[in-house]
Amino acid sequence: MSQDAQLRIISALVENKPGVLYRISNLVRRKSFNIESIAVGHAETPGLARMTFTMFSDYSRFDQVMKNIDNLIDVRSVEPLEERNATIRELALVKFSPGAPVTRQEVMSFIETFRANIVDMSPETLTVEISGDSDKINAFIDLARNFGLKEVARTGTVALAREMIIKRGT
Amino acid sequence: MSGAEAVVEALLREGVEVVFGHPGGANMPIYDALYDFQNFRYTPLNETSLRHILARHEQSAAHMADGYARASGKVGVCMATSGPGATNLMTGLATAYMDSSPVVAITGQVPSFVIGTDGFQEIDVVGMATSVTKYTFQPLRVRDVPYSIKAAFYLATTRRPQPVLIDIPKDVQQAEDEVEFLESVNFPNYGPLPDPDPMVVKTISRAILDAQRPVILAGGGVKMANAYRELQAFAEFLVAPVVTSFMGKGAFPENHPLSLGCMGMHGSERTNKLIPECDVLLVVGSRLSDRTTGKIEKFAPNTKVIHIDADKAEIGKNYKLPVVSLVADAKKALQAIIREVETGMMGRQRDAWVKRAQEVVVTARTELDGNGSHLSGPETIRMLRRFIPHDAIVTTEVGQHQMWCEQNFQVIMPRTFFSSGGLGTMGFGFPAALGAKVARPDVPVFDVAGDGSFLMTENSLATSVEEQIPVTVVILNNRMLGMVAQWQRFFYNRRYSAVHLGKSPDFVKLAESYGAEGVRVSTILELETAVNRAMRSPVTTVIDVPISPEENVLPMLPPGAGIKEMVVG
Repeated sequence: MSQDAQLRIISALVENKPGVLYRISNLVRRKSFNIESIAVGHAETPGLARMTFTMFSDYSRFDQVMKNIDNLIDVRSVEPLEERNATIRELALVKFSPGAPVTRQEVMSFIETFRANIVDMSPETLTVEISGDSDKINAFIDLARNFGLKEVARTGTVALAREMIIKRGT
Repeated sequence: MSGAEAVVEALLREGVEVVFGHPGGANMPIYDALYDFQNFRYTPLNETSLRHILARHEQSAAHMADGYARASGKVGVCMATSGPGATNLMTGLATAYMDSSPVVAITGQVPSFVIGTDGFQEIDVVGMATSVTKYTFQPLRVRDVPYSIKAAFYLATTRRPQPVLIDIPKDVQQAEDEVEFLESVNFPNYGPLPDPDPMVVKTISRAILDAQRPVILAGGGVKMANAYRELQAFAEFLVAPVVTSFMGKGAFPENHPLSLGCMGMHGSERTNKLIPECDVLLVVGSRLSDRTTGKIEKFAPNTKVIHIDADKAEIGKNYKLPVVSLVADAKKALQAIIREVETGMMGRQRDAWVKRAQEVVVTARTELDGNGSHLSGPETIRMLRRFIPHDAIVTTEVGQHQMWCEQNFQVIMPRTFFSSGGLGTMGFGFPAALGAKVARPDVPVFDVAGDGSFLMTENSLATSVEEQIPVTVVILNNRMLGMVAQWQRFFYNRRYSAVHLGKSPDFVKLAESYGAEGVRVSTILELETAVNRAMRSPVTTVIDVPISPEENVLPMLPPGAGIKEMVVG
């Protein structure tokens, strides 16, 4: 991979109808595109969904992915995004099952440090939600392994273009 | 109106005159609706007839539709039942997909309430076809049927032509409902290609005017866009030599003083060596596949490449160095560039380059003259060119005979040469020849075949005889899977693994058993007599030409080698 390899994001507006997700995943597979994550949800317009793809890639490969996704009949539009020009978030649900030597209290203060919220509790477990960029969530999960991490569910990255970008040179 | 009747009505409204197919359990309602039209089977086509041609295998039905599409410039339509019928279609659809041919396939499906239960002859044809089509439809209501067909034809023929599949559950074919036939369909993010960007046209024109040693590389896209005349006008105006990819073979008359023939794995050695010498390479309608360019890093490394293609995803896909690119219809792009350069051409001196290029042409042409001594593979093809008229259509199968055609068969007129270049499908040529003959009953049609390839779809002989579609098959019979054997000779130390076909079958008797004519020839004179007889014959003729199993296709660019590193002999 060449020097300009970096995290790149495609935000696509697609028809929200049966088969669309299949067409896209089929394309990704048959072209051997290395996609890190795909997130899908309803968009602002009824009948449309927004899909966010992230990939670690050089520009040339990324350009191919974008053109091929845009070529799909059910895709309305595609927009390339990068970390510097987009708001990027991912949400994860993380279930802990604290036990000796880790105390429940230690887990709570770990969670507090990352500003994660507790969303479910049982006598044996507690589940938290955390959002942020992928690096933050990766760091949280890595550390959580020391605090009785049990299960993880991640949404994949979603992103929207920033309206005002502070241009730093060219 | 029933869903099945809506299928037929919608096809008629698209101007479809012929469909190639095979009935089965899940498309019987459509065949019932077709019944009324089959009385016209043996009469000349007219507006009210929809001729159905019964293939003996669905793969052949798809190839016939493909051959029909390539010969006519119209959509080729094929039909199959669910399950095995549909899976058999896939090779044909993939062939059309790789060569950008507008084929519409209509498959029957198990009733919608059975889908997902692994019912008898149920298979996920939409899932399977997604990889080899531009789009797929599965109408679940009668009223969606006309829309699906309208949209399928629209998608298949606009931008980059590609196959489209419509999978219709049997209950939808049977149900009755009010239907509406639309005049047009609209997709929010898909439409005909926009006109060429004037700014890019200016940039390209400037680069061409500044070129000292320009070469035009024409691909299959020129043929699909029907831009034959524009390409010739442009090349003549610019006095620029034209090479083609294998898919582009015939995009430019190969007997033209500026034609350099084909480049690539089995292209002309001199042409291949000339490519890195040019300073501007104008690529029109080619994906620059590995078979055309050789090792891409060694292909035109110091050349300014201009890439015109109907599909934006082709720009930067194979050739990754920066290019000046124009995403446009080849015909419109060439027209726009001609208009732009018309005024700037005066006083341009490229005599030395044109002379250099024409030396290549003249030497290559002399090699094509042939000496008529004995029937080798290449000699048979060179002689065939002499014996048949320029407007005769030639299709090929895949293998040595195909590459001998690339090297030895001059294609002179538009839409007269069709081959499976992208997928390389053995068995394509014969059914495609039948489809071409249906589209062009006025010209003789030939399938140049190998013995291995012909056996893949020889049962189409039954179709050709019963449906009265006479073509001529010329089998270069080396009793080998010749191209595989050649690679084993070159790259696997002559370890001939599973390439001996032996003496079976006797192709003359095989043809006769179908009611076709069969003849074996061993001299040039016998070949000429057989070809002339075949062109006049009311039934298909199979001409068996025994050749040596040791013949190679040379020159050859070994896989992974640079464009200048050809093996000559």
